[in-house]
Amino acid sequence: MADLVQAAAAASAVAARPPFAAGEANQYLTFQLGGEMFAVGILNVKEIIEYGSLTEIPMMPAFIRGVINLRGAVVPVIDLSARFGGAPTQAARRTCIVIVEMQQDEGSHDIGIMVDAVSAVLEIAAADIEPPPAFGANIRADFIAGMGKVNGRFVIILDAMRVLSVEEMATIADAGARGDVSAAEAAA
Amino acid sequence: MDEIFSVFAIEAREQLEALENGLMQIEQGDRDPETINAVFRAAHTIKGASGVVEIAPIEKFTHVLENVLDRLRNGEIEVGGDLISALLQGCDHIGALLGKIENGEVEADPEMQSAGDAIAERLRAFTAAPEAATAGLPDQQEGEVERDGAAGTAIHDCWHISIRFGRDVLRNGMDPLAFLRYLLSLGEVAHITTLCDAMPDAEEMDPESCYLGFEINFRSHADKDKIEAVFDFCRDQCELHILPPHSKIGDYMALIEALPEEVMRLGEILVKSGALTREELDQGLAKQQTAAQQAAAAEQQAPHIGAILIEARMVQPEIVEAAAVKQKQVGEKKAAEARLIRVQADKLDHLIDLVGKLVIAGASANLLAQKSRQATLVEATSVLSRLVENIRDSALQLRMVQIGETFNRFHRVVRDTSKELGKEIELTIRGAETELDKTVVEKIGDPLMHLVRNAMDHGIEPAELRAARGKPAVGQVELQAYHDSGSIVIEVSDDGGGLPKEKIRRKAIDRGIIGAAQQLSEQEIANLIFEPGFSTAEKVTNLSGRGVGMDVVRSNIRALRGSVEVHSEEGRGSRFTIRLPLTLAIIDGFLVGVEKSSYVIPLEMVVECLELKEAAVDRNYLNLRGEVLPFVRLRELFEETGAAPARENVVVVKSGTQKAGVVVDVLHGEFQTVIKPLGALFRHLRGIAGSTILGSGDVALILDVQALTQLAASAEERTLAAADSRVR
Repeated sequence: MADLVQAAAAASAVAARPPFAAGEANQYLTFQLGGEMFAVGILNVKEIIEYGSLTEIPMMPAFIRGVINLRGAVVPVIDLSARFGGAPTQAARRTCIVIVEMQQDEGSHDIGIMVDAVSAVLEIAAADIEPPPAFGANIRADFIAGMGKVNGRFVIILDAMRVLSVEEMATIADAGARGDVSAAEAAA
Repeated sequence: MDEIFSVFAIEAREQLEALENGLMQIEQGDRDPETINAVFRAAHTIKGASGVVEIAPIEKFTHVLENVLDRLRNGEIEVGGDLISALLQGCDHIGALLGKIENGEVEADPEMQSAGDAIAERLRAFTAAPEAATAGLPDQQEGEVERDGAAGTAIHDCWHISIRFGRDVLRNGMDPLAFLRYLLSLGEVAHITTLCDAMPDAEEMDPESCYLGFEINFRSHADKDKIEAVFDFCRDQCELHILPPHSKIGDYMALIEALPEEVMRLGEILVKSGALTREELDQGLAKQQTAAQQAAAAEQQAPHIGAILIEARMVQPEIVEAAAVKQKQVGEKKAAEARLIRVQADKLDHLIDLVGKLVIAGASANLLAQKSRQATLVEATSVLSRLVENIRDSALQLRMVQIGETFNRFHRVVRDTSKELGKEIELTIRGAETELDKTVVEKIGDPLMHLVRNAMDHGIEPAELRAARGKPAVGQVELQAYHDSGSIVIEVSDDGGGLPKEKIRRKAIDRGIIGAAQQLSEQEIANLIFEPGFSTAEKVTNLSGRGVGMDVVRSNIRALRGSVEVHSEEGRGSRFTIRLPLTLAIIDGFLVGVEKSSYVIPLEMVVECLELKEAAVDRNYLNLRGEVLPFVRLRELFEETGAAPARENVVVVKSGTQKAGVVVDVLHGEFQTVIKPLGALFRHLRGIAGSTILGSGDVALILDVQALTQLAASAEERTLAAADSRVR
């Protein structure tokens, strides 16, 4: 785990680059979620911490798991599985929270994503990334940045900006709190 | 931007604000000469300071402004709306020029230059005519002296200025020569003697010190204040004596006495410079000697200078007294200013941040100490936490500023807007000394602006309508601030037409905000104006009516953890009440627990705690010493699973005039709460004001009690409505 964190930190020190620049290999953090392999660009990943002592926020949709104390800062934690419309993730021994730094409108803020297990940091060449399928992934197409080929298997590379769009999640949360399902769907 | 420019810009902004406020006061009929003087001083200080840092555009422009103010001060021109408008325009221009300096652009922008010229031209129009009329007249003071023309008056017709510059004048970045040059703008120097008596021997001389003094005979029509003002910037560092033309010989004697040089030498200089004739000097010296002898004979101390002056019938006793009092006041004011220091805001924010961390760390140490059950350790940590509490309070106090500054800006806004609208409107400000957090003050400006403009545009009726309704022609808008149970309340009220309830209701139904059959109280209808996309203005003006106003106001205020509501009476006026927390950083909280979660209620809101007994199962109110107290069950509202414990507790809270109970499982007690905002993701979350970190490192949520009760009320409404429809 420690070397993972270090790798992440080293990678995030590199200035942000456009995704999938031709001929370049980008690094991705891969993780397990409901038996499937996912990846996010490592430049956004700040650190990975063990799952523990999370405070639930009442009146919030299931995919907003709660908040944690990250060295004095209160960071929201998103349940990815629930965000994709699946069942809430069950906390287990290897459950982790990946802290992702989001650049949005005014400044950056951190969001944690709850995953079953963190696997490795992989380099995936731009040539090895396929466009997302029109359907069949069972995840909203705009959430997928691409399908990376790793050892003959597909890894779903997530578009973190979309998946963790604060704007969208806040709207859903608001609509949910008002008990207005149609608005939530419209927003989605 | 250079430091010198930034300091100049900050100070000039302050002066500009004083200038503007003074002008507003004058326009409102304040004829106190002190106000006019203050305005003049502010303009003069800006001019002087801009000269020192060599920003010619500001210096030149302010000079024109100052000339007008000078005429105003001398009563040569009348106060009028036109004049004040022109002066205010001038202020705006100086502000714009300052803005450029702040952005680091020193070069003049031709566009701005021409705009400035136009304003300067307008201002000059006020000075031109009377200048010609008064130019030939002798100075008022001169005339008076000539009238009494008694013996003992020097024949000399020049001002006599004696100045000894302080040692540090050069070190403080001021050039004595610059003052003398500036003096030339007021008149001509008839004679000048440079005194270098104070100059020490070469080996002792410090080249950075100033040892010079000057005796100047100065021919000018300017008055004493004006000449004195030349030396404003070094006033407290130099010794300055100014004698008017035709002064009494006694005055010269007093001067000679007051200055550090030898009597004879000074006398010689005065004679040489033509201020006194030889006879006059001898006469004066002789008189002084006899006076000294008399005093010695009576075994008295040498008479006080004021006494000598009175004796010589040069000034009336009251004037001396008044001058003494004034001197004292000026001294006090100076002292108050000296007690202030400028601190950069981010340094303060950093301090508050650290104090926040300290509070959390302290709480965790306290927790550990209590777990360890070592009495001495517990005692030590409790002493520590009390100190931390004190530090916290003082640190927060540092960020408190008075709201007056924000309020005062509105004088100008009201003035300009009322002219634009063609309505006569008067602004009253109350509670300007109320203090609140700097960050809150900064962010409340925009919402207030909106409310004030709305009050003027929609609230206050046109004059004819006001007359028809039997109201005074001048509309009233009032800004008021005061403290109330741990929060600060800001009210914007007007005596205008009030909110048209029926129209609002119809509009709300049109927009689908409420159902056609929905029964709403008057209060609820009025508050519909805060809903997004709501505007009933028939015509869109550039002030308001774009339908983005009120909901933006509400969301801005909510972002500050505050609330806003409106009380309105048709035909009588409306009152917007903004309720804000005192601080955004750290509060005293009351920690409670439900199931495994912990919640914090702001301590100021907590009235008392009691055990929940004998409450009917599906009725959410209890009997509090004969009072009906509705309560909210957190367990139900937050959908906590698990059974309620045997003993539940009620925390009685009060917000504004409303009292309510919050039912929780356990009471943990007081807790210093460092507020951590929950972030954009939770911005729609109602009922939770923020979060905090407990001693154990866990996150606890801060309850927004007011929103909670509303939430409970609307939840109940919904279930009742559902039940209603089933019955039908």
